Amino acid sequence: MDILVSGLLLGGTYALVAMGLNLQYGVARIMNLASGEMLVLGALAAFWLFTTAQLSPVLTMIMVAPLAFIGNWLIYQLLLRPLVKRAKNQGQLEVDSILATFGMSFALVGIMVAIHGEYFTYSYLANPFEILGTTVALNRFVAFVVALIIGVTLVLWLNFTRPGTAVRAVSVNTEAAKLVGINVPRISALSFALGGAVTAAGGTLISTFITLDASVGVIFTMKALIIVIMGGVGDMRGSIIAALLLGLVETAVATLIDPGLTLVSAYLIFLGILLFRPQGLFGKRAT
Amino acid sequence: MTKPGRTLLKVQGLTKRFGGLVAVNNMTFDVHEHEVLGLIGPNGSGKTTTMNLISGAFPPSDGSITMNGQRLSGLAAHQIARRGVSRTFQLVRVLPGLSLVDNVVAGAAFGYRKRWGAEAEQFARGLLERIGLGDHMHLPVGSLTYIDQKRLELARALAGEPEVLLLDEWLAGLNPTELQEGIDLIAELRREGRTIILVEHVMDAIRSLCDRCVVMNSGAKIAEGTPRDVLSDPEVIRAYLGDE
Amino acid sequence: MTGSGWKEIGLAAGLVILAAFVPLVTDGYWLSIAVTAMMYIALATAWTLFSGPTHYISLATGAFFGIGGYLVATGMSDYDISFWVMAAVAPFVAVVLAAIVGAATLRLSGIYFVIFTLGLAEMIRGLVSWVQNNFLGSRGLYVLTDFTEAHIYWMLLIIAAVVYLIGWLIERSRLGFAMKIIGNDEGVAKHLGINTAAAKVALFMITGYFTALVGVVIAPRYSYIEPNLVFSPELSFLVVIMALLGGTQRLWGPIVGVIPFTLIWETISVSFPNATTFYLGLSFLLIVYFIPNGFVGLVEKLARRRQG
Repeated sequence: MDILVSGLLLGGTYALVAMGLNLQYGVARIMNLASGEMLVLGALAAFWLFTTAQLSPVLTMIMVAPLAFIGNWLIYQLLLRPLVKRAKNQGQLEVDSILATFGMSFALVGIMVAIHGEYFTYSYLANPFEILGTTVALNRFVAFVVALIIGVTLVLWLNFTRPGTAVRAVSVNTEAAKLVGINVPRISALSFALGGAVTAAGGTLISTFITLDASVGVIFTMKALIIVIMGGVGDMRGSIIAALLLGLVETAVATLIDPGLTLVSAYLIFLGILLFRPQGLFGKRAT
Repeated sequence: MTKPGRTLLKVQGLTKRFGGLVAVNNMTFDVHEHEVLGLIGPNGSGKTTTMNLISGAFPPSDGSITMNGQRLSGLAAHQIARRGVSRTFQLVRVLPGLSLVDNVVAGAAFGYRKRWGAEAEQFARGLLERIGLGDHMHLPVGSLTYIDQKRLELARALAGEPEVLLLDEWLAGLNPTELQEGIDLIAELRREGRTIILVEHVMDAIRSLCDRCVVMNSGAKIAEGTPRDVLSDPEVIRAYLGDE
Repeated sequence: MTGSGWKEIGLAAGLVILAAFVPLVTDGYWLSIAVTAMMYIALATAWTLFSGPTHYISLATGAFFGIGGYLVATGMSDYDISFWVMAAVAPFVAVVLAAIVGAATLRLSGIYFVIFTLGLAEMIRGLVSWVQNNFLGSRGLYVLTDFTEAHIYWMLLIIAAVVYLIGWLIERSRLGFAMKIIGNDEGVAKHLGINTAAAKVALFMITGYFTALVGVVIAPRYSYIEPNLVFSPELSFLVVIMALLGGTQRLWGPIVGVIPFTLIWETISVSFPNATTFYLGLSFLLIVYFIPNGFVGLVEKLARRRQG
């Protein structure tokens, strides 16, 4: 029961990060390997404002999200759009965007290490909290609830608004979206920016209950990627379920075997998915 | 004309579903040795999908394809190619980074009857001569005209000396002079006794080249017989022209 | 066989002979730089063997390298097996890993492969540390040999030369020809009878073998081995940068990239030890935006301009 509750709470925040990445890869077709660093930037902001100004991470999140939106929009327009234009085919774009976002990832780590080279340790709502007969830290629960609100809002926005529908259209078929008059470059930039904002928001939340440091981003990139592939590229609902699943498995492995093996367990899941359901848990087999 | 021989390729109950759409529905037909079989029908009737199933571009949902009693369905494309099925593509696909000779060697090196090294090169040159590209041998592939690219693709498909050759609208997009050259080229292959499945829209070509035709509509077979018989079949005419 | 092919291999042989004299004319600091450079030449050439024709960015270098180094250390320290036996065995473990990773990912689009290799070194490090702590007891692992820096240098030179020779042979083989066709149009390649997944996995296994072998040979240089040291994700990225900087369209491209980059990197590591990550990122960005085809691309562009 402990594992179930903690696992689901962890999975909830993973879901947010994975949704962010999924917006960037599934819609804007940019495999953003700097996603984890965006998350850590959010965490760093939360840590910094909490330790210097006693600002609640939830408030920080509300400030960080629009900033991350603008920052990611600029990254897309200034750095990634030229690659999209230059690429002769999807393969070329993938290679270029992988290399470019690796560059950004390392550069960001370098900058963050320069700002704060140690662990982002702070204590926010670390009180015990009882839920379903299990005691968890309150901060985990709060992070989960906030992640849930953001996630549900995002899904509703995607499904029931005009711009949301345009985003989904681009995700399904870029060429066809162009033909029905959707401004694909604009929607791609929007999705990339939105994805970055969601990821950074996820980072502020995660920092309340996991102690991060400047160089830990790649682990989160890895996990978000595994979740996105498990849930199906472009499939938000799939991402959420896959994230909860990964949260559960990781918590189970960490509690029952060894915390050092969480990445190994994520890899085993990944391997299984690649071998048996490369189209994602809920995707139709592509032909 | 060579007399059609024994059954070489057998298609039975072949079905392909894409999600809810049934693109090919319970197709059954035989292909005899040394015959040119026309696979015809209106646009979207499932001809190219049938070709893709035979060549292994994707697996069938149901049914079987056998050649000389050996099962082809369920095998990967490269395994089917090695068993002697080669093809051209609806939209011509030459290898732009390779020389003309290497384009043809590519068809010989891994296919049904394998050739490599000097032998393969010599064989490729011979094929290019025969197919009418002898004078262009040293040009870059990108500078070839459309029909010459189609010739090159045909030479590549022939290079493995396949048992069955699949030509997917090989004559489409050619101008009248080129069309006549193209028809003559296939007629020559037919005289050599090759076994060919031809997806085609050009009626003149169907009439003059095909020994038999299989007509498809909405994924299913609606007629089979000599070109003259099927083209005068009322159901076939209705399929092409609509119900009115 | 074309004349230029023989000329190329002759030139390479000449360079190998020249390079063999380096330890005789220098020692100390410059020899140690030469060992590092030779290590990267071998690694980057092995990387290009696979990633050049496939365009798949492999980040598995750290994992293969780590397997080589770690197995030598644990074999010698824990089981008293000789260096040479471990050197013969360890690379094959990497080959098995390459086969598994390749079989799982290379049937699919390149992106899955990149993601899978991204965390591979880290994952194996976690696994190895766990096994070591729980089942083997965490003793230190020592690789004590009589090798000098010069010996290590020569061994690396031999590996680099062999990798180059194999690459040269592959380019002229049916496997190389198949890779060329796959690079042009993978769909056509399949229909011509090429088992595209198998061809890619085969190349990846060759890369895995030699990368692990470099890890084996470098192990005596460290003498004390920890999983954290040899399963280094940074190594994977450095190799990618050097190979891309040189250019991956030609087998000699990486060599051209390694030598200047090793020197630059050495300077950065000494002058700004805390900012290496930042400069690593900067190098990636510079390459992607300003020299996307590497030095090879630049040279060939200039040559074309001069001709026409």
